[in-house]
Amino acid sequence: MALKFILTLILLSPLFGAVAAGLFGRRIGRRGAHTITIFGVAVSTLLSAYVFYLFVLEGRSPFNDSLYTWLVSDGIKFELGFMIDSLSATMMLVVTFVSLMVHIYTVGYMDHDDDYGPNNPYYQRFFSYISLFTFSMLSLVMANNFLQLFFGWEAVGLVSYLLIGFYMKRESAIQANLKAFLVNRVGDFGFILGIAVVVMYFNTLDYNEFFAGLAAHKNTMITIIPGVEWSMITVLAIMLFIGAMGKSAQMPLHVWLPESMEGPTPISALIHAATMVTAGIFMVARLSPAYEMSEAALSFIMIIGALTAFMMGLLGIIQDDIKRVVAYSTLSQLGYMTAALGASAYAAGMFHVLTHAFFKALLFLAAGSVILAMHHIQDIRQMGGLKKYMPITYWSMLIGSLALIGFPGFSGFFSKDSILLAVSESDTYGASFAMVLLLIAVFVTAFYSFRMFFLVFHGKESEYVKAHEIKESPGVVTWPLIALSIPALMMGWPLIGPILSGTYFADAIQVTGEHDVLGRIYEGQYHGAFNMVIHSLTTLPVILALSGVFLAWLLYIKKPEIPGKIKKACPRGFYVLDNAFGFDRLNEIVFVDGMRKLGSFFTNSIDIKMIDTGMVRNTFMSVAHSAAALKTAQTGYLYHYAFVMIFGLLAMLAWVLW
Amino acid sequence: MIALSDYLIFGAVLFTISMAGIFLNRKNIIILLMSIELLLLAVNTNFVAFSYYLNDVTGQIFVFFILTVAAAEAAIGLAIIVLVFRNRKSINVDDLDSLKG
Repeated sequence: MALKFILTLILLSPLFGAVAAGLFGRRIGRRGAHTITIFGVAVSTLLSAYVFYLFVLEGRSPFNDSLYTWLVSDGIKFELGFMIDSLSATMMLVVTFVSLMVHIYTVGYMDHDDDYGPNNPYYQRFFSYISLFTFSMLSLVMANNFLQLFFGWEAVGLVSYLLIGFYMKRESAIQANLKAFLVNRVGDFGFILGIAVVVMYFNTLDYNEFFAGLAAHKNTMITIIPGVEWSMITVLAIMLFIGAMGKSAQMPLHVWLPESMEGPTPISALIHAATMVTAGIFMVARLSPAYEMSEAALSFIMIIGALTAFMMGLLGIIQDDIKRVVAYSTLSQLGYMTAALGASAYAAGMFHVLTHAFFKALLFLAAGSVILAMHHIQDIRQMGGLKKYMPITYWSMLIGSLALIGFPGFSGFFSKDSILLAVSESDTYGASFAMVLLLIAVFVTAFYSFRMFFLVFHGKESEYVKAHEIKESPGVVTWPLIALSIPALMMGWPLIGPILSGTYFADAIQVTGEHDVLGRIYEGQYHGAFNMVIHSLTTLPVILALSGVFLAWLLYIKKPEIPGKIKKACPRGFYVLDNAFGFDRLNEIVFVDGMRKLGSFFTNSIDIKMIDTGMVRNTFMSVAHSAAALKTAQTGYLYHYAFVMIFGLLAMLAWVLW
Repeated sequence: MIALSDYLIFGAVLFTISMAGIFLNRKNIIILLMSIELLLLAVNTNFVAFSYYLNDVTGQIFVFFILTVAAAEAAIGLAIIVLVFRNRKSINVDDLDSLKG
């Protein structure tokens, strides 16, 4: 089969499943819907694996071709095309594989739902949405131009919106999806401005033509505020990154992600942890040649990333909802990836995207399994001692958590450690500040992950657990957990070498010489994966992680009365965390209230006073007033009319004769 | 021989009287109608006088037209007055002010 045909098939088979399940859901029934969508995604996964084999393992040179030209306007082509290299091939495999696992898991998870009646095809609709998501995400990662990137970008946003509000009868879900949509719109505004800058200066939407034009624009300046000149490439890079901040939930546009947990758990795993939220990271890595040319943009990215990693980690500590703990850990890990991008360690950032996709999907699906066993209770204070009831979930959650905290040897360890090394090696402005934040975040991550882990699986059984029969989830739920545990456990070992040396993403990511921190680490400190593990045992990150775990054990298993005391001792700190640093309040006061005030200003002053009263009402009132004045001339007496007629006639006659 | 100016003065006097009848009459709408007839007759006098002195019959033909129209107008006018009286029980000009704004 021709490669182009294979790629088209990868892209379209999930779409086919989505259309079939979405439009003909009632006709094909539940079984038909999940069979057809799983089949579609499975085809995609297998072919992606083949493409991965070709481009990553065999090292074929990048494939770049356009499939279809939609339109040509003023020399700018709007096309549908594929750019396949190691970066997109890897993302394709991750997206399709996690999606396949989630599809299978969903068969068990969505089996029963009290929100809908027996005849409501919510089940088919759900499958349609996740297949549609897979299609959108694939078109995003496979794109060879900005237009298709933007299409995928918006399409995943749309599906995310639909799925967060999937339980449409709950008001909180509707609030959450609206919030997600609006916050993403802020990011997308920056993103589309970035694309506009590309079109304006490069006159193209194609990646390769854009990269080729970069060198010529090295010193191009742009004036946005009169009198202030900025480097065009910095503006472009930051605008595009604002889009990434929305999608990848970086501060201050992160507020939607914790609330997106209102959606069903498989979605939290697929969209809000493993794939969609990494789209921003992917985009920056894809456009690495542009970002390499702007020190300011890199600094900005690094500081935003480090702040997100640290502050969102802190919030994870006080969450009691099992999904929210995982959500905040996702935010924090996304901060790590972003910080890696800022250090020019795009490969390390992408590496963390990959490992994170697996271990975070695993954590989410395991959390979902717990929720399923607890009959949709999500509060970790009501859990406890679940270990003996749910062994498979327990072990997979343990693997996921260890990978998350970067325990030596697990996948997350390699990626997170390479990020930390890269940031410490980086000369970008703000790197040392970022390094401190990231190190504290390591400790915090370990603490909240194991706080949750201990509260759920260890400790005393709660009243609820004692009163109800808790049993392990069915096979369709546990098998994906096992399948995801394997990469979460081992995936770091074979990848760390090629990532650090730069050979893995050699054809996709460009790093200029002085920025090549990973290369320097590879030359200077790297002596094989095994040595890295051994060496790390004496380094700060691992010690911090282990002490975080120890502290969690101390506080929640050994002496469970301490947390309450701490909470009482510093209510102010708790208050700050409980309100998530006040970002929601800030948005409410500044943006929501501000908009409301602006809106009422426009209604009262502009619309009511100026347009309605000033223009419309005054016009007809002046007509009415002059009519009232003029009508007094109409006496109704014939002789008055005759008088006016005769004298009018005389006056006219006089005027003519004069 | 009566001079042209005499006819014209006579016409003007008739015209003025009828104008005064229209303006000053506050009582009877029939007087109004009569004043209008008089107005037309004043004009007719002028036409006939000029026609005679200029040796042109066109003026006299006009007079026939005007007389016909005046007759028709009087018929319609009287009919209207009858109807007005039936509806309003009055043909007093001061009472007929429904056009008042």
